Amino acid sequence: MATATNDAQLSPPTRRYSASKRLLPYLLSLPALLVCIGILIPFFTAVFYSLQRFRLSQPWNRSMNWGENYLNFLSDPDFWNTLQISLTYAFLTVGLELLLGLAIALLLQKPTRLNNFVSIMLLMPLMTAPALAALMWKLMTNPNFGILSYFATVIGFDDMRWGASPDTALFTVILVDIWVYTPFMMILLLAGLRSLPKQPFEAAALDGVPKIQQFWRITLPMLTPYILTASLFRLLDSIQQFDIIYALTQGGPGDKLMVFQVEAYLNFFQSTNVGRSAALLMILWALTFFLSNIFIKNWLRLRERARGEV
Amino acid sequence: MYEKEKGLVDAFLRGQMDRRSLIRGLGALGVSAATAGVLVNSAATRALAADFDWKKHSGKSLKLLLNKHPYTDAMIANLDNFKELSGMDVEYDVFPEDVYFDKVTAALSSRSSEYDAFMTGAYMTWTYGPAGWVVDHNEWIQDESKTNPNYNWGDMLEGVRKSCAWNGRPGGELGSDDAMQWCIPWGYEQNNLSYNADMLEKAGVGVPTNMDELLEAAAKVQAANDGIYGIGVRGSRSWATIHPGFLSAYANLGENDLTVSSDGKLAAAMNTDVSKDFHAKWVKMIQDSGASDWSTHTWYQVGTDLGAGKSAMIYDADILGYFMNGGENAMAGKLAYAPFAAKGGDPTPNIWIWSLAMSKFSKDLDATWNFMQWASGPEHGLFGASQMDFVNPVRSSVWADDGFRQRLADSYPGYVEMHDVSAPGASIKFTAQPLFFDLTTEWAASLQKMVSKEVPIDEGLDQLADSVNRQLKDAGLG
Repeated sequence: MATATNDAQLSPPTRRYSASKRLLPYLLSLPALLVCIGILIPFFTAVFYSLQRFRLSQPWNRSMNWGENYLNFLSDPDFWNTLQISLTYAFLTVGLELLLGLAIALLLQKPTRLNNFVSIMLLMPLMTAPALAALMWKLMTNPNFGILSYFATVIGFDDMRWGASPDTALFTVILVDIWVYTPFMMILLLAGLRSLPKQPFEAAALDGVPKIQQFWRITLPMLTPYILTASLFRLLDSIQQFDIIYALTQGGPGDKLMVFQVEAYLNFFQSTNVGRSAALLMILWALTFFLSNIFIKNWLRLRERARGEV
Repeated sequence: MYEKEKGLVDAFLRGQMDRRSLIRGLGALGVSAATAGVLVNSAATRALAADFDWKKHSGKSLKLLLNKHPYTDAMIANLDNFKELSGMDVEYDVFPEDVYFDKVTAALSSRSSEYDAFMTGAYMTWTYGPAGWVVDHNEWIQDESKTNPNYNWGDMLEGVRKSCAWNGRPGGELGSDDAMQWCIPWGYEQNNLSYNADMLEKAGVGVPTNMDELLEAAAKVQAANDGIYGIGVRGSRSWATIHPGFLSAYANLGENDLTVSSDGKLAAAMNTDVSKDFHAKWVKMIQDSGASDWSTHTWYQVGTDLGAGKSAMIYDADILGYFMNGGENAMAGKLAYAPFAAKGGDPTPNIWIWSLAMSKFSKDLDATWNFMQWASGPEHGLFGASQMDFVNPVRSSVWADDGFRQRLADSYPGYVEMHDVSAPGASIKFTAQPLFFDLTTEWAASLQKMVSKEVPIDEGLDQLADSVNRQLKDAGLG
């Protein structure tokens, strides 16, 4: 009797305890869920807008047009130009920055005082806001007083028009991008190089493997996960480039540099065409998602291979 | 203030004495010209209070969204007088022009009540008005209980005032009887020639009076002066490339950007024969005598190159010539001005109007109007024009003021004459419609392609017209 009474008295707290225990994981994940919702609300709002005919200057015309904004892109030469120039810009900048960053990282691989000092100095451009860097380059390429224009004249390019000419505009903005972002590649790859295990290199040296063979057969394969990570970060950033291009040329001359972000920005802020601007950004998101998936799958495959799981 | 000084200022305000006599009189009493200006302005503020209950909204607070500009500087310099007059408090945010209009669009499109009034261009109200973001200011201008009897709306230059009024119908005539006053003109720019007199003289070139002469003069002056280019015009991939000299010349030839059919439908009109001929000349002028980095030139580069002696003349906003003729500029004191008409005869410049507008989302529109009518009133206009760099004023009474005219004549010879000749024909020449920024930006991009020979002029204009017509149709306007 006494036991039964005790059981009865004990059972409600036990139930409360088990209920709390069941709720605990949900409570713990609630902040993450709220942050996730906070991130997804603007995203789905943009998806919603992209399915609308929506111009701020013509509120009476606002209506759902479902996929019409996207379908219009198929027959719109401006859109294909934007896609082409965005991809060209992204792959050229990432490729060139990777080569330069790797070369510099190899030169600075040995952790001497001088190399450490130089690597810190080389990070300076990365600390400059890209829009400011673009304005600085705009001054340096000014035909009247720009130092780069002067050097161009000295080496025989008398009529070098940099960002003002359709022939050299892409080259100019890529040059600025390389100046700003190569240090990012360099620092990631340098960290990778310095963390590589020494044994394979010592063994190769004992076997008399030439340095160049060591690079191709040992360094590069072991560095590939770092290369993929650095390239992924840069690719995601580069395909969404805005500030350098807008500050230097506003997307011109003509339509030469109308990349996604510039096109979407002008559509929203200048034309107040919210529907088209949102649809462009959705395409950019899909493109970014697709490219990052390729990179991440390759990165995982390489990691599994490194662990001997494949 | 001492009685003698007070008596002189009061006599001036009653119209019994002109400004020069007043300053001379005050000078005799030991008051400097600068102090005299402040005294007059302060007394004018007191006089304002005599005819209208400025204190009606005393204790209230306003917030303004402003662009960094000499007009803003002039207003801020005089703001304490408004605060004293009205008992209101005024706060403001000032942004550089690069980001200013984005800030306005963001504030208005989000229906924010943070700002009660803001600076705008008339073209912007073709977006803001139909979107329901700004009020029709006629409601306040025409309400005698809310507007100072001395506000004198009719004193605003007619072409400027009408250019800020539109009935909201795409293609509707600016300033028509049924137009809504979307903004209040504050200061404006005509597009004419500002030139370096020494350079033209060295080349033995007279001031050009039509498009052919302009091409010839630009080429000759460039050839005769080392290290300069002949003519500065804007070229960036922006609507702002089209509205200054380019459209002024284009419109002077009788050409339109769009045509409006009897049923109100719009259609592109930039590929007519006359237009193609004009574009060919404009493109040749830039190729032969323009800046080598023309396609990146905004108003800033156009102005500073003239001030630095890198260009011989500009066909752009007259106030660029004004500002570059003073201060630390290398060419200060060497610039001259001339009205310009592409076909010769009377100039008909397209204009840019810095205006003030009340946000529909303002917390207190009546109180905001108190500020608006003061800031756009004749007293502040005269203060800004005579004491600060508030050029070009939009009021006839300010242009008629002897002191202001003399100041311009002394430091900027030829400026007043240029203004007087051009003012009667000065107005916005574009067709008012909500796709203004889309179409003019595309026009600028086409111009860039023609100048860089990416596309022949005929073909480029036909492609532009096709694209414009497609966009108008998509938007239900064509």
